[in-house]
Amino acid sequence: MPVVHVLRPDGVQVELEVPIGVSVMRAVTEAGVPGIIGECGGAAMCGTCHVLVDDDWLECLAPMQRNEDELLDCTAAPRERRSRLGCQLQMTEALDGLSLGMPERQR
Amino acid sequence: MSSLTLEAPHVDVDPFSDEMIEDPYAMHEQLREAGPVVFIPKYEVYTVSRHAEVQAVLGDWETYISSAGVGLANFRHEEPFRPKSLLLEADPPEHTTVRTVISRVLSPRTVQHLRTVFETEAEALVDRVLQQRDIDGMKDLAEYFPLKVFPDAVGLGPTGRENLMLYGDMVFNALGPRNERLQRSMERLAPVSTWIMDNCRRDVLKPGSLGDQIYQAVETGEITEAQAPMLVRSFLSAGVDTTIYGFANLLLTLARNPDEYAKLHAEPALARQTFEESLRYESALQTIFRTTSRDTVLAGVPIAGDCKVLNLLGAANRDPRKWKDPDRFNVDRNPVGHLVFGSGIHGCVGQIIARMEGEQLLRSLARRVKRIEATGPHQRHPNNSLRAMRSLPLRLTPA
Repeated sequence: MPVVHVLRPDGVQVELEVPIGVSVMRAVTEAGVPGIIGECGGAAMCGTCHVLVDDDWLECLAPMQRNEDELLDCTAAPRERRSRLGCQLQMTEALDGLSLGMPERQR
Repeated sequence: MSSLTLEAPHVDVDPFSDEMIEDPYAMHEQLREAGPVVFIPKYEVYTVSRHAEVQAVLGDWETYISSAGVGLANFRHEEPFRPKSLLLEADPPEHTTVRTVISRVLSPRTVQHLRTVFETEAEALVDRVLQQRDIDGMKDLAEYFPLKVFPDAVGLGPTGRENLMLYGDMVFNALGPRNERLQRSMERLAPVSTWIMDNCRRDVLKPGSLGDQIYQAVETGEITEAQAPMLVRSFLSAGVDTTIYGFANLLLTLARNPDEYAKLHAEPALARQTFEESLRYESALQTIFRTTSRDTVLAGVPIAGDCKVLNLLGAANRDPRKWKDPDRFNVDRNPVGHLVFGSGIHGCVGQIIARMEGEQLLRSLARRVKRIEATGPHQRHPNNSLRAMRSLPLRLTPA
């Protein structure tokens, strides 16, 4: 199963197995890893699954839809170049090894 | 995995009977434990009540469509009682355009502008109820935000707002069977619907309001002149009764769980999470249907095309496969993933604003009210799909 490397806000690195088709938000929340909330359950509505994708992986991700782009402009921690919403990142074979961090706050 | 397909077990219950509307939880357990997909003969519907299957159905809009109605009625064979909602009762690609517009109007950014207004209103409301101390939790607390603060934000004028609850009662009864409950609420269909549509016109909406912002998308060409009032209508049908009963269930639950309330009172920052937990614990919206667009298999159970599938949201929100100790109201729980707002592309578009209403109200209460006690039995209001309430006598003790 593909894995995702997640750097928690407290600096601890964890590795998660994520089935194909499952979002990063769901994988992180279901594993009980702190740092993202995912309050709306994955509808790209709340902006509380803000993640910071490592530079090497940015190009590999599916392009951003307009609603994700707009939401990232009003996240609790300011948007960065590496910012994405975890709920919009669906796992694929090609994303095996994806590495990301989390912002300081989600709300 | 076996390639054999299973039959959905038949379970002879009536989720729309008076008894089940009053107290559905034993039936929820029976249905959850009977199988991942069961068949209810009385209404000839497939039913899902476990968290995983409800989420799977709501997440797959191509197989489980909304355009044939999200109640028991199948719009391929029956006329809807009102012109179909462009959001709730539609599929992509039509759904996508209007959803984009209304999502923007209700985005965190827009809603952020309303935060100060909501905070001030919540404080003033708690001032008033604390002067009374003995209150009706419905009239005096639960109804205030959804009937005053939210319609103000939508841009509605001050009069006639009693029509909002009557309309919501019809809309949510209409998601169930054509029973006496529905008939009774439909008695005033014509005047109430007329009032609603009259109040969705641009010339009566306050400039700059949420309703007015919908009409701005007509100017940019994103939606048509005819679509705009229908989207304003969605604010009014989906954002009033649901929220009122969400608050009513919250207040009842707090009164019944004084130890949990004490924790919240000691730490008002738990308000947002506590509101979420109350939504999980007593789901204001209990039932929502989909219709299969084609033959499919769900959790090993074959379902033919053009069949109605009932999602029991309240049951999924207490599924022990998903939640530890699900029948316990626990303010320390992380209830993310509850399904009262639905899930997937039709997930409640107003959930940000509903959460802000709930958070502000509960934060003010938590800070200034020491105890919330019931002073008599509450009375539920029977509705086919809402966990609704008529009266809720409470006593508030100031901190």
